[in-house]
Amino acid sequence: MRVKLGRALGVLLGLMWLAPPAGAFCGFYAGKADATLFNEASQVILVRDGRRTVLSLLNDFQGEMTDFALVIPTPQVLQKGQIHVGDKKVFERLDAYSAPRLAEYFDPNPCEPRVMMEMARSATTAAPKATAPRSDAALGVKVEAEYTVGEYDIVILSAEQSNGLETWLHQSGYKIPKGASAALAPYIRQGMKFFVARVNLKEQAKTGYRFLRPIQFAFESERFMLPIRLGMVNAKGPQDLIVYALTRNGRVEASNYRTIKLPADMDIPTFVRGEFASFYKALFREQAEREGLRAVFTEYFWDMGWCDPCAADPLSVEELRAAGVFWVRPGEGGATPQPLPGRPRSRILPPGGGAQPVMLTRLHVRYTPDTFPEDLMFHETADRQNYQARYVLRHPWKGEPNACPEAAAYLAEVQRRQEREAHTLANLTGWPIGDIYQKMQLKPAGGGGAWWEDLWRQ
Amino acid sequence: MTLPRDPRLWQLAFQAGLLLAGALLRDFSLRWEQVALTLAAALLTQSLWLRALGLAHKGVLSAAITALGLALLLRADSLWVHPLCAVLAISSKFLIRARGKHLFNPANLGVMLGVLLLPGAWFSPGQWGSDVAFAVWFLALGGLVTARASRWDISWAFLFFYFAFTGARALWLGLPPAAWLHAANSGALLLFAFFMISDPMTTPDHRGARLLFAAVVAALAVVWTYGLFRPGGVLWALFLCAPLTPLLDRLLPAPRYAWPGRVTPAAGAGAAGPSAPPAAAGPAASGPGSAPG
Repeated sequence: MRVKLGRALGVLLGLMWLAPPAGAFCGFYAGKADATLFNEASQVILVRDGRRTVLSLLNDFQGEMTDFALVIPTPQVLQKGQIHVGDKKVFERLDAYSAPRLAEYFDPNPCEPRVMMEMARSATTAAPKATAPRSDAALGVKVEAEYTVGEYDIVILSAEQSNGLETWLHQSGYKIPKGASAALAPYIRQGMKFFVARVNLKEQAKTGYRFLRPIQFAFESERFMLPIRLGMVNAKGPQDLIVYALTRNGRVEASNYRTIKLPADMDIPTFVRGEFASFYKALFREQAEREGLRAVFTEYFWDMGWCDPCAADPLSVEELRAAGVFWVRPGEGGATPQPLPGRPRSRILPPGGGAQPVMLTRLHVRYTPDTFPEDLMFHETADRQNYQARYVLRHPWKGEPNACPEAAAYLAEVQRRQEREAHTLANLTGWPIGDIYQKMQLKPAGGGGAWWEDLWRQ
Repeated sequence: MTLPRDPRLWQLAFQAGLLLAGALLRDFSLRWEQVALTLAAALLTQSLWLRALGLAHKGVLSAAITALGLALLLRADSLWVHPLCAVLAISSKFLIRARGKHLFNPANLGVMLGVLLLPGAWFSPGQWGSDVAFAVWFLALGGLVTARASRWDISWAFLFFYFAFTGARALWLGLPPAAWLHAANSGALLLFAFFMISDPMTTPDHRGARLLFAAVVAALAVVWTYGLFRPGGVLWALFLCAPLTPLLDRLLPAPRYAWPGRVTPAAGAGAAGPSAPPAAAGPAASGPGSAPG
């Protein structure tokens, strides 16, 4: 009896990004005492409509956080109301919604998404804040504004020259990574301001959280970009950045770098199910290295106006607004989402009403200072074709070849399919084909080994 | 048999090669149906207009070049956008004219109209990346085509001015040289220089005027990209500067460009060298029968 590979409800294993994420891509972390802070993977939400931009930075990092600080260039002096301390959960929701996924067919076991993000270690010692004397005017640094928002003390600076700014930061007790002043210079010359945030340990203790919450700001700017060059100053090797771009009209891509979609919708061997995280890490590394670490990868694009089926619970209006999507309003449900012509209406309506006019693009870039010499500039295209990095497992029917007449042919086909899957996997991840065969417990047709191996063996 | 002297054949060949390279190596999200429909639409529009206006049948090459140029630049998530832009682009050669020449570079206009007016159409300025290897190829191929068309001056002048302006900006800002180099190696920029702005039919006839034109387009492109921070600086700059061409032609007149004829055994009219002056065939002949993408 031929097994019907009918469409069961695909189980979607979300992947939470595994690498211990450490922030500061478009700014750098300056530790007070010593700089053991890593810049590894960062997550950013970038909301853009016209000139209005809302930027959210997830502050996950490694290292001693006795007194940490963040330095980011901004186009203007921000008012206190433009700065907000957000909730980490919104990042987790966007991540779950857009993460690369596995679709299983036939007999899926429900599996919970594995949350592997590490929490940042909380501040253990309350180091006294050193208030060094500073002659701001002499250094060409002007403190434009000072606020305390949430657990952060924020200072907005304008500077006339990068040495002065570096000295000022030094005098305030921040150990600036070497080369920072050279990296700061272009932003100063363009008249940008600097947003310097550090943790107010007293306020942080009051919040009751063991980690730092994301910082968000809303502003207007001609530029649709992320100043990643500044974050490369702390770099130790390639850094990863995930950008969730939320726009109104279409897919976002980089305008000064190639943007590529990851190979997707392929059948891969079923053993990957237990190793999806390492599979995806290997896949991304392989694809990124093939492009010489010079490309931006699209991992997901979806018109949130509708979904069929919905991956996770779609984001509600409140969650979208928490992420910074300012054009959706509570109570305005909008029309019921319409399916594409020809598709069945089997869909969960987003809670809180109807479709949301929001497009989510998830971009993942692995960069080094050599391969990404310019800041990332983005533009919104008119492309609305949905895309997700999705990989398919097909569990074969387990039965005896002589259970029925068709079984033998089916099992032979399964053998061929599994060999194809193995080759696909090898191509995607760069894993040696021999290891893959072993994990699949698959003997390549012909008894294994190369064709010449038993040529002269006696 | 000697190689064809008509630079449009070379251009066509290289554009087709670039299209293949882009589709296979650079992962353009282009469907072959879009390319086929664009070619068909361009050729059809060309012959329909020629017939409607009672003109001699020529300009197949130019129409094909426009079509491939559109396919290289424009992206769409439907099948009808590309052919429609081809129709608009080719029609503009017959409809929007000044001083006996068509005003807009057809591929340029086609892309602009598509992106501005049609839903689901866009361009990807970064689609070629900034690969040094590709840059070398573009320079070589482009150099060959423009040399054949005797229009290498505007291409190199444009690049010179563009690099000078962006280099000055990089120096003033204190940017690392790698950043400037990265932008300079942009495949889109180089292709524009050698396959678009080099169009003899929509650029001034006088050499000095051409160099001035190149400088203005370069300046506008730099302002667009680094002052307004919008994508597609070179395409917009050329589009906006198109009216300059007839103006400069009036101020600095010079002989109009003529496509060289193909080599034929008979040393008849316009055989081995540049073809007979276009004036002989009437103003319409130089119009439709020209314009590389």
